[in-house]
Amino acid sequence: MLRLEKRPSPSRFWQGATPVLAVVLTMIAGGLMFAALGKNPVEAIRTIFWDPLFHPQFASYSRPQLLVKAGPLILIAIGLSLGFRAGIWNIGAEGQYIMGALFGAGVGLAFYPADHWFIFPLMVIAGALGGWIWAMIPAILKTKFNTNEILVSLLMVYIAQNFLSSMSLGLLRNPQGGGFPGSRNLSQYPAASNPELFAGTGMHWGVIAALMAVIAAYILLQRHILGFHIKLAGQAPRAARYAGVNPTGLVLLCMGISGALAGLAGLFEVAGPAGQISIGFNVGYGFTAIIVAFLGRLNPIGILLAGLLMALTYIGGELAQFMLGLPAAAIQAFQGMLLFFLLAVDLLSNYRIRLGYKKEAI
Amino acid sequence: MKRTTLLATAALGLGMAFGGAASAQGMDKVKACFVYVGPIGDLGWTYQHHQGALEVVETYGDKVEIAFQENVPEGADAERVLTQMALSGCNIIFTTSFGYMDPTNTVAAKFPDIKFEHSTGYKREHPNVSTYNARFYEGRAIQGHIAGKMTKTNKIGYIGSFPIPEVVMGINSYYLHAKKVNPDVQLSVVWAFTWFDPAKEADAAKALIDQGVDVIAAHTDSTAPLAEAAKTNGAVIGFGQASDMADFKPSPRVSSIIDNWAPYYVKRVGQLLDGTYEQVDSWAGIPEGEVEIGEITDAVPAEVKAEAEAMRDAIEAGTYHPFTGPINKQDGSVWLADGDVASDGDLLGMTFFIEGITGDIPQ
Repeated sequence: MLRLEKRPSPSRFWQGATPVLAVVLTMIAGGLMFAALGKNPVEAIRTIFWDPLFHPQFASYSRPQLLVKAGPLILIAIGLSLGFRAGIWNIGAEGQYIMGALFGAGVGLAFYPADHWFIFPLMVIAGALGGWIWAMIPAILKTKFNTNEILVSLLMVYIAQNFLSSMSLGLLRNPQGGGFPGSRNLSQYPAASNPELFAGTGMHWGVIAALMAVIAAYILLQRHILGFHIKLAGQAPRAARYAGVNPTGLVLLCMGISGALAGLAGLFEVAGPAGQISIGFNVGYGFTAIIVAFLGRLNPIGILLAGLLMALTYIGGELAQFMLGLPAAAIQAFQGMLLFFLLAVDLLSNYRIRLGYKKEAI
Repeated sequence: MKRTTLLATAALGLGMAFGGAASAQGMDKVKACFVYVGPIGDLGWTYQHHQGALEVVETYGDKVEIAFQENVPEGADAERVLTQMALSGCNIIFTTSFGYMDPTNTVAAKFPDIKFEHSTGYKREHPNVSTYNARFYEGRAIQGHIAGKMTKTNKIGYIGSFPIPEVVMGINSYYLHAKKVNPDVQLSVVWAFTWFDPAKEADAAKALIDQGVDVIAAHTDSTAPLAEAAKTNGAVIGFGQASDMADFKPSPRVSSIIDNWAPYYVKRVGQLLDGTYEQVDSWAGIPEGEVEIGEITDAVPAEVKAEAEAMRDAIEAGTYHPFTGPINKQDGSVWLADGDVASDGDLLGMTFFIEGITGDIPQ
């Protein structure tokens, strides 16, 4: 018989190995699903994981696209991971992402068609501010009235979405858009656009910001007293209090950082790859980033790799759809499997699997 | 000497052969790719485009290969999908929603040898971009006639997707022909701001039914509005949109507009195969078979059915244009004088309601 035995402390080996194991298990289960759909599973897995990187025809285009897709995921996930480590659950990054985009694009469009060097920097600040404000609402409600930040931040997403629709139809609508909702295209307004910095690399300011966030978070957690407080608050809240950690301050700080980073991600996206505010602007980066944060074990380097992996499944998934005719739903199921297996095998880092019955302790 | 001449003649011949080939060269095999905004199982807009794609395979067999992608958002992701399709060796790419207009033109600039066909848009910024659309307003005229005759509450409804000329044109045609046969008719428009979202479409239908509307036309892609109408035990009727939606016969679905893209897709891929392909701006309707009127069921009285079919036949024969004056704009100013017929340019840029419609186009 199989039996679980709790480890005295989490296994370091399994903490590193479980994400890899989860990916392998996803490939096996996903392969079975693809086979059941009548597709060659090896070819499907190769199309998803190998072709975007090494296919002679696509790779030169899809490799940079990985950065474009992974950039916002990593930026948001880094912010979320700080809170998650401290036991502060910001689930509303999607809403903060939308608000960052609206604030940033709003500032940019207010200057249209003027051309000043300071417009884009101002938009960056506005973007961060928009996300920060949206995150402060659940944060202050939690610290003042002890509300649950999971529910409040999640519900704020729906408010942000309605705000986005109303802005696309009203205030920010392109007056020359022929009646179609959506703002002017910022990529055609150089002073406010976030272009590809080096042709063919996919690098834009959002990707650079994501890499900077990874480094900053790494230093914060490894070297700074604040990083120690964050970790302590998550692992032993009472001990943290004795050590002088101010829980209210920590909530405001963690929610604020994650909101501002999500807002930045939204701004860089709206000024860059998306180009405009539109009703369907948000495509779920804020929610996917939660998966990325856990897939990366809340570790900055892990999040960097997890963001790239997630981007790979998106871009590879698209390739698999039209190269092999796999349905869109099968790709979504495949991505879902990844999170499922990750959570499932997480068990191994905290428990040992033993054979045989345990003797009753007397 | 003789030899040089021979060589020169051969070279000239070769040159002519190749030169000629460049302008009118057919292809042995065409890979046609389709970008869809919804799932192919939506039983409406995307479903009909996919039926057209399948018809291409049926017609040309081994000479064509198709590839498609469903649920492509109208934004940053569309550009990537299009680029990847272009890189994968598609020879012609059909983008089947209005929101793909800018991405289609952007990507077309990078791949001048690949043909791009954008449905329902108006931008052809490069020689390899064509646009195609169907004259759905012709079908809306027939629906309006049926709606005006059938309504008992004198309230008819329209679920608008986005306030773009394409949709505004449909609303105007629907109202105009309802009003002609029923001067008391009132039109309510609900904007759903989506092409495909069954939950939102159902909410829009509910809102209309709550206002007392008993005939609903929809400009969205799913069967949800008909499903809502079906819950009223025959009190509310509607129309199949984009596809026949025959499951809801004989009521609430009393007729339908069927988008038949197959003739266009078959023609364009055929032209690519035989080398006669050229850039076009295509706008076909009932006469060309691109817009079909689905069976008018027995839920409609025989005389109304006969009138509706007569209107369809007149449009098909080219003797009747749904927008024939006198027609005033909503503000009372004259749009078309008596006997004038709307120009295509006027229709494609239509951003106003006609006289009698209450409510505003969202600004």
